[in-house]
Amino acid sequence: MANLEILTYPDERLGRVSERVERFDEALRTFIVALSQALDAGPGGVGIAAPQTGQLQRIVIIDCSRARKPIPNKGRLVLINPELTAWKGMEVGREGCLSVPNYTGNVIRATEITLQAQDECGALHDYCFQGYEARVVQHEIDHLDGLLFLDRLVSRRVDLFQRKTFLPSKE
Amino acid sequence: MNPWYMLTVVGQDRPGIVARLTDVLYAGGCNLGEASMIRLGGNFTIMLMVQGALPPAQLEALMQPVVDALCLRLHIDPIDGALYQQREPPDVRITVHGADRAGIVARVTGALAEAGLDILDLASEVAGNEQKPIYVMYIDGYARRGVDALQAALATLSHDGFVARLEPIQTISC
Ligand SMILES: [Zn+2]
Repeated sequence: MANLEILTYPDERLGRVSERVERFDEALRTFIVALSQALDAGPGGVGIAAPQTGQLQRIVIIDCSRARKPIPNKGRLVLINPELTAWKGMEVGREGCLSVPNYTGNVIRATEITLQAQDECGALHDYCFQGYEARVVQHEIDHLDGLLFLDRLVSRRVDLFQRKTFLPSKE
Repeated sequence: MNPWYMLTVVGQDRPGIVARLTDVLYAGGCNLGEASMIRLGGNFTIMLMVQGALPPAQLEALMQPVVDALCLRLHIDPIDGALYQQREPPDVRITVHGADRAGIVARVTGALAEAGLDILDLASEVAGNEQKPIYVMYIDGYARRGVDALQAALATLSHDGFVARLEPIQTISC
């Protein structure tokens, strides 16, 4: 498979809702290899969603071991047809996106999420993500729903970073 | 490529300043770049990148009617402007509050600069009242020598009539 090209704003495909994956076949696995290579091709990228390459399918790959500053992570995961089952907590954090070059902005996300997703063979798994990794997963699932972080921007000066340090007694 | 200018506009705040200024620039064929517009002590202040074929004197003439009508002051500087550059996102936010505002900014920013902070965005406000002013400052910056160096620099200051808090900012990129 040729190198996948990353679509950038305002490509209209980035605004479309991706389809569920129904066939867990060789073609899917070939695409996942290519998507994984596209993730590696970008410097410091920690996640990629299939629709960012014009493939409108509900597939994301995350890999927070690539974060510039080390954070706890589950390594490289392929999440197919991910479904959020629960979330809690809210935090403002800063996001950037391969599809939105040269911009980072503040977005509110849940601090803890649980989800169900299939792997490349179709097997269902349950996951629990926190903090940075939870943010990455939510950012990627947004891509599957045709949303960019630009659609969720909040004020640059909103100050909810690390809200744990504000409310130690309530945690 | 047409030259870039930095427009500085200051005046008593009133409705319609931004709309009327940008409308006249648009009608005059100028492009707008990045901007910072904020109310400071009842004044409205604008720093605005403008690109246009006009020489500075003509740009000023273009804006003069609306500047006069809104009782604003205008200043124009030719600049080396550029857009679409890779930029380091902030990796640290510092918030400061204190009762005594004389010297807070100088002391905090001085200590942080020495510890490797590049300031990307700074905003401050004065709350409270005349008898008991409360000074609040936010800084987003890039820690050239790491966040720990900044934390250490702040620790030497924090018991000095104000409180400075530092939070790392981790930017996701995906
Ligand atoms: Zn993205």
